[in-house]
Amino acid sequence: MTLPEAAGLALAFIARLVTGAQGHWHGSAPKAEQRIYFANHQSHFDWVLIWAALPHDLRAVTRPIAARDYWTATPLKHWITREIFNAVYVSRQRNKDGSGEDEDPLEPLMEALRNGDSLVIFPEGTRGHAADPAAFKSGLFALAQAFPDVQLIPTWIDNVQRVMPKGEVVPVPILCAVVFGAPIALAPGEERRAFLDRARAAVMALRGVV
Amino acid sequence: MGALRSLSVSQQVGLLFVVLFGLLALVTIVAFSRTLRDLPPEQAGLRERFARELRALWLGALVFWVSWASGPLGSTFLFGFVSFFALREFVTLTHTRRADHRALLLAFFVILPMQYVLVGTSLLNAFTVFIPVYVFFAIPVISALANDPFRFLERTAKIQWGITVTVYGMSHAPALLLLDLPGYHERGAFLVLFLVLVVVAAQLGQEYASRRLRRRPVARAISRSFSWRAFSAGAGAAAVVGVLLYWVTPFKPLAALAMGAIAGAAGTLGEFVMTALKRDAGVRNFRGSSSVTGAVGLLDRVAPLCFAAPVFFHSVRGYFGI
Repeated sequence: MTLPEAAGLALAFIARLVTGAQGHWHGSAPKAEQRIYFANHQSHFDWVLIWAALPHDLRAVTRPIAARDYWTATPLKHWITREIFNAVYVSRQRNKDGSGEDEDPLEPLMEALRNGDSLVIFPEGTRGHAADPAAFKSGLFALAQAFPDVQLIPTWIDNVQRVMPKGEVVPVPILCAVVFGAPIALAPGEERRAFLDRARAAVMALRGVV
Repeated sequence: MGALRSLSVSQQVGLLFVVLFGLLALVTIVAFSRTLRDLPPEQAGLRERFARELRALWLGALVFWVSWASGPLGSTFLFGFVSFFALREFVTLTHTRRADHRALLLAFFVILPMQYVLVGTSLLNAFTVFIPVYVFFAIPVISALANDPFRFLERTAKIQWGITVTVYGMSHAPALLLLDLPGYHERGAFLVLFLVLVVVAAQLGQEYASRRLRRRPVARAISRSFSWRAFSAGAGAAAVVGVLLYWVTPFKPLAALAMGAIAGAAGTLGEFVMTALKRDAGVRNFRGSSSVTGAVGLLDRVAPLCFAAPVFFHSVRGYFGI
């Protein structure tokens, strides 16, 4: 076993010890199909929780999105995101200095999807602290348009805001659940806003399911 | 029974585990042969529940065997982990706020390990006062420093109570291993086994009696199965098991009977209190409900032990005057 694999197993073990990290599948099965999981976002712990709730063989092909400036800033952060999670790095803002072409922030995601990888995205864009998730950003719509064959799985993460509230570093052990729902698809001719609202509703509908 | 008493320690242990696993295997085989028959749905539900309880018993017996094989240090660790999971479940059920974060971190990562270190290092006096005195003082201080007065007393009281039940109560079980009783060296594990068995006997006895007798419940809003008659039956069952096990204990038969009854009664009443808590939290049992995500139902199982262990521990100390 390589070091990143061992570190990954240790991390998944810790996540399970702290939160239980139970995955509940309602309407979709844990299968190795190409998917985009989109979830509510309340804590830095969210990604680890989804990752730990996935079966072991799906973890290897499911990749998170990481902000390049933050997650490559130190060698350790870079190593964790690159070696353990195989993260897709995106730049938070477009180049403003005018040098070269603007990079589309979605391009690295498209690249990963073309390679056949699955992604986990948080369409709110930032961590929320209200009970309901904020309005979804349009990236999900663009991906759904470009890759109609990739399944879009709504995902609800329950309780995690109590584990690690914004601003805290050490997680408190509290049981959490990750609920994976039935896939949604972009309807022919569906408007951007209508689709994003429907996606958000699909995530919120999973709240009471556990 | 006298002959059993003259066996060596390891022979007694061997005999106990052979009997325990033999009984479990027998029950499992009978239960399995019954699953081959079709049953009406209401009985099938009952059977499923029984199968679940049986699995838990197997797990408990295996865990106990491992803890015996690994010595006092092993069992201290083991009970520490059980405490951790029970406290995790308790905190999941209570509505804590953001400002409780530091207090909860303190509970999980400082207080819980400290308490078990005190058990492991045989500091009996420190172990007895650490949580009632020092933690009682520290938790509200940490909570107040978090600058959130909303339902302050309620929040700190809940955390305090959870620690007392799941950490303080539970830690008295491995502490039994450390009691230096006259003529009873190296045999503390028997006391733990004695405690666990009488508590289980009390619960089974009470459950059986409440099904058979159908007495009027004492507190209908909390538990439909708890009546004084059923409670007495539970304590009686614990007393009988206590006498049957007297040869592994340092007690005389009559004292074993009394100790069994005390521990059994405390365990049953503890379970009753936990039922009240579950009603308050709005769940029927601690697993699989809409308000709790992924709770595993461990708290349900260990609560009687958490309540019985301190009472039993101090009864034993009182009996031997140490």
